[in-house]
Amino acid sequence: MAQFSLPNNSKIIKGKYYKNKTESKNIKKVNVYRWNPDDGQNPRIDTFEVDMENCGPKVLDILFKIKNEIDSSLTFRRSCAHGVCGSCAMNVDGINTLSCIKSHSDIKGELNIYPLPHLKVVKDLIGDLSNLYKQYESIQPWLKTSKTDTEKKEIIQSQKDRSKLDGYYECILCACCSTSCPSYWWNGEKYLGPAVLLQAYRWISDSRDEEKKERLKKVADELKLYRCHTIMNCANSCPKGLNPAKAIGSIKKMLATS
Amino acid sequence: MQNNDNPLSPHLQIYKWQISSLLSISHRIVGVINILAITLICIWTLSLLLGEGSYEITKIFLRSFFGKFIIVFLCWSFSFHILNEIRHLIWDMGYGFDLKVAKITGILAFIGSFALTILFYLIGKNIF
Repeated sequence: MAQFSLPNNSKIIKGKYYKNKTESKNIKKVNVYRWNPDDGQNPRIDTFEVDMENCGPKVLDILFKIKNEIDSSLTFRRSCAHGVCGSCAMNVDGINTLSCIKSHSDIKGELNIYPLPHLKVVKDLIGDLSNLYKQYESIQPWLKTSKTDTEKKEIIQSQKDRSKLDGYYECILCACCSTSCPSYWWNGEKYLGPAVLLQAYRWISDSRDEEKKERLKKVADELKLYRCHTIMNCANSCPKGLNPAKAIGSIKKMLATS
Repeated sequence: MQNNDNPLSPHLQIYKWQISSLLSISHRIVGVINILAITLICIWTLSLLLGEGSYEITKIFLRSFFGKFIIVFLCWSFSFHILNEIRHLIWDMGYGFDLKVAKITGILAFIGSFALTILFYLIGKNIF
């Protein structure tokens, strides 16, 4: 049975309040989830008053401003800052997204920033994704072919076959979708989750891959695949506008018709 | 990584409800209610078998305000479940995953369930 409430060590307590020290009138209150592994306390929500006059347009800019000017201990992942690497995935205003491509002016009132949901927190906004990476490895996300040597050098694919990968190859594995899925929250150990299943579908539908049947057989499992109940939080949260629900539906259909 | 003592990040507590997720959970809850409702329907038919006296008791119960409320509610819950299940069937055929389409069909199923309930009510009242 799934546990709907947070365990005792995860209950959120009231945190610090950082008052704005500038003269600015344009202030946004930003509530950020904090947890420090070294102080032995429960997670807390710190509130920062951020001067928006001198702040970039993205949520990530706010986080940088806090880290640079208010509290340098704030911890979060980021790399490219252009929505390509997927490092800065977090829960902004109740929906998972990449903070580097999320505009903060869309969000009225206070801004709430949490780590990706239902993960073990490493520190502040960083969640532990090792389970997801293990599952990703389990679908063997590489091209499998019996071709050798010169044949293998270039495996030709028609434009039509290539277009079958559109909408799937763009996935950057930021984990926004998987951690937005209630099914994945309750059965994350066994259910593969939208991100990994979308990747599985990407390899199943690759015309150059020769192990389509084996791949299908591998995911055809009550828990691995059929825990998807088309809740569609995945497609709603995907920062790249992809549709994992459709990919999972396609796998189910392939299994039903093969 | 050893992190059994690390806290779990908040999930249900903070995640914003979407139309799709709300419909999904209500579909499940209504499904459970409908199973219970079938028991009620069984009792109803059983009372028919047991003769006039026992049917009279069921009739009094179902004619009361509370009984009528239950019947109208069940009309809605069955309508909603059927319409939403049609959505699921279409998904199983591989269509309707597009976010906009899924949203529209969801809203249609929700509004449609009320329309069907009113229709059942009017038929029950012999309006047509």
